[in-house]
Amino acid sequence: MSAHADTHEHDDHGHHHHKETFVTKYIFSQDHKMIAKQYLITGTIMGVIGVLMSLMFRMQIAWPEEPNVMFEALLGKWAPDGVMDADIYLALVTIHGTIMVFFVLTAGLSGTFSNLLIPLQIGARDMASGFLNMVSYWLFFLSSVFMILSLFVEAGPAAAGWTIYPPLSALPLAQSGSGAGMTLWLVSMAIFIASSLLGSLNYIVTVINLRTKGMSMTRLPLTIWAFFITAVIGVVSFPVLLSAALLLIMDRSFGTSFFLSDIFIQGEVLHYQGGSPVLFEHLFWFLGHPEVYIVLLPALGITSEVIATNSRKPIFGYRAMVASILAIAFLSTIVWGHHMFISGMNPFLGSVFTFTTLLIAIPSAVKAFNYITTLWKGNLQLNPAMLFSIGLVSTFITGGLTGIILGDSALDINVHDTYFVVAHFHLVMGISALYGMFAGIYHWFPKMFKRMMNKNLGYIHFWVTAVCAYGVFFPMHFIGMAGLPRRYYTNSNFPLFDDTADANVIITMFALVGGVFQLVFLWNFFYSIFYGKKTVQNPWRSNTLEWTAPIKHIHGNWEGEIPHVYRWAYDYSKPGHEEDFVPQNVPLKDGEEELQH
Amino acid sequence: MTALLTILVLVSITVAVWQMVKIFDLATAHTENSQVANDNDNRIQGYLMIGFLIFIYAITIVSFMAYGDLPLMSNSASAHGPGLDNLMIISMVIIFIVQTITQFLLHYFAFKYKGEKGRKALFYADNDKLEFIWTIIPVIVLAGLIIYGLFTWSDIMNYEKEDDHIVVELYAQQFNWKARYAGEDNVLGKANVRLIDLDKANILGLDESDPYAQDDVITTELHLPVGRQVIFKMRSQDVLHSAYMPHFRAQMNCVPGMVTQFAFTPTMTTEEMRQTPQMIDKVANINRIRTEKSKKLIENGEEALDRYEFDYLLLCNKICGKSHYNMQMKIIVESEEEYQAWLKEQKMFKNSLVQN
Repeated sequence: MSAHADTHEHDDHGHHHHKETFVTKYIFSQDHKMIAKQYLITGTIMGVIGVLMSLMFRMQIAWPEEPNVMFEALLGKWAPDGVMDADIYLALVTIHGTIMVFFVLTAGLSGTFSNLLIPLQIGARDMASGFLNMVSYWLFFLSSVFMILSLFVEAGPAAAGWTIYPPLSALPLAQSGSGAGMTLWLVSMAIFIASSLLGSLNYIVTVINLRTKGMSMTRLPLTIWAFFITAVIGVVSFPVLLSAALLLIMDRSFGTSFFLSDIFIQGEVLHYQGGSPVLFEHLFWFLGHPEVYIVLLPALGITSEVIATNSRKPIFGYRAMVASILAIAFLSTIVWGHHMFISGMNPFLGSVFTFTTLLIAIPSAVKAFNYITTLWKGNLQLNPAMLFSIGLVSTFITGGLTGIILGDSALDINVHDTYFVVAHFHLVMGISALYGMFAGIYHWFPKMFKRMMNKNLGYIHFWVTAVCAYGVFFPMHFIGMAGLPRRYYTNSNFPLFDDTADANVIITMFALVGGVFQLVFLWNFFYSIFYGKKTVQNPWRSNTLEWTAPIKHIHGNWEGEIPHVYRWAYDYSKPGHEEDFVPQNVPLKDGEEELQH
Repeated sequence: MTALLTILVLVSITVAVWQMVKIFDLATAHTENSQVANDNDNRIQGYLMIGFLIFIYAITIVSFMAYGDLPLMSNSASAHGPGLDNLMIISMVIIFIVQTITQFLLHYFAFKYKGEKGRKALFYADNDKLEFIWTIIPVIVLAGLIIYGLFTWSDIMNYEKEDDHIVVELYAQQFNWKARYAGEDNVLGKANVRLIDLDKANILGLDESDPYAQDDVITTELHLPVGRQVIFKMRSQDVLHSAYMPHFRAQMNCVPGMVTQFAFTPTMTTEEMRQTPQMIDKVANINRIRTEKSKKLIENGEEALDRYEFDYLLLCNKICGKSHYNMQMKIIVESEEEYQAWLKEQKMFKNSLVQN
């Protein structure tokens, strides 16, 4: 399985043979390092919008009767006299979900780090196709523009929940946001999927074909394994969402009945006959569930790398880690039905999906135990990236465990679509993936921007975020188990839930503090891009190939020859070596044995 | 007021952050390559890890004390409820054991092995035995949970029809619920939204020529006799809704174009439920909260809130549009006699039609 990237080492790659203009360098760049930065900045901007929205609807839930000047300022006509409109509440929830899941944690996370790390860590000059890579970013940018535009539509943006179940999403008669707002949402997502597919194909081809000499699959860093498998899941499942979106567009605009049947609304019977909303649910979740792992696996990959480097220890159980990534990837495609236990599908299917769903807990548990064992007897360098990685393992466990309840069809009956679900998935995929993204940013910032981020600000950022994340989502389990449904604009029509009001206020407080403290990160990030301390070539004393590349970004990544690889990425503190790290491009000493994987 | 307060808090936090930034800038001005953790950082962060472990335990305990009475894990009002609650409690216990141990190991190791210059980590890359152990333990535990869960699920979903069951249709529309009783023949008449005729007050689209439909009864409150199995048939006329009856541990989506179903046997009348100690506490607590709120309302010249009395509820639990947050129907579980008496007062479908 030895790789063969030598064909790539034409000398001309190492030098510039055409002059770069501002446009080709910063805008329509085909260099993976620049594209990674473009993804990161765009994702960050979308993230700010998504978080801001969540703060607004959290304030609405906590203080439903009270006018809020912030609403008036930010929502304009949707919050006359500062009182939020019920439709716009649902729109905020919807767009928050869409932006965070797709634009931040899919494109922002995978787009940034797959682009940055795949060529650098496998020892390639660039992606297999720089041009497709550029197109992929610009399609993502375009879809972001459409999503933002949809916020300014007269009748309001899409408001049917991020899962856009028809008929609600199909009928403007059912909800004002299902008009032009939903059209833009669907167009934006269709473009997004195209972008994601181009990206994923590129990642897959690059990993398979462009590994440097000696970089066998079993020597790949776990980051690359994670990005690679994530891309495969994306290619398998995103097209299904595209088809769902196209069929929904047909139902909405061309009178077909894929998802609609027997509808009487606002005094009239509609012509739709023979379709089924349950079909849409199947198609949606066929992507929707793997999407969770598209979000999570890259974060876990980053964590593997950051934890090993900062523990100064090999990642424990490399083979088991790879195997569990593969197992999770496979299982993730056959568990989508656990979102639909009470959708009206055959209860027997519910049993099958319960079985497959709970199986996923096994590889997940293996990963968690392996991370913990990696820390054991390490020499932990508690850098901000390391804190976020440990934080990820913590929230991954806390959030993952409640999956045992939600994945169990019988128990799901009573907590389905309550705040229990919100708490579960925010911890296990939202916060965890966000931590993975932060860990990646703190860890590879020097590689991206040639400067270091301020570590003390990083510490403040982590600890406040960590406390607030638990403060927000831990109590949320309890109000969920009280039976409080999610996506309620206010709970004041249900005196039954009056005793959850206190918890809701506390949750919102934590959310506000946590949200505001992200400014510390933003400040640190943007300030350090320009004024941060200059970095040394390998600040974390890491083994992987990206740190053998010069600090200065050049087309083709390495001057001269691409480094060859002689060992796996985790020879930290290996006996018989002076230093506590041995980069992958250092040949084996006489008589030194390589660990067999 | 709250808004103003919020803004004030936000502004002061921003100022605090700004101040902290300045302090840290000053503090780091004299050290060399300061952006990589040194021994001092490792020590501080290691202790903070222990602090955070304590925080996780603390928030767990505090949440249980403050909100421990909220979860619906006992006091269920349906025959299948206790089995489900039991499974929930077992799962919860397992979760808390695993959570407590793994969080301890994670944070304790982060503290114990915090980096020091000159120390070398243990080169320890693999151990098949360990991997096997922590693969096999989850397998055994999960196998138990899966089997228990599947039996519970199958009992609930593949119910056996009891002889004295009643059939009730739950009909969802933006944004209210209707219930339709099958009447004396215990068979629901045929219905389709295409047959809705608002002029004749045929609001659920019943087939007027179907003999089974004639004695159907349509109501806006759901009355159920205690101890009799109820087979619900769910229908929706416009978008997806979900019929959620949390106290009965029951939920099923209402899907336009198809009929879904769910069945349970209520075991406690509304009155009995109100008298359970848990419910008495809960209602007292809610009324305390409402009295507090009312005081404020009266100060502002608004009306006080009504006293709360417990009732079972049917809630919509699938996003369905603007007034999703207020789509509910009262459920009353009562004795057979009360139920029959109530049912007799209701108009049969054939008598409810407006004849032109």
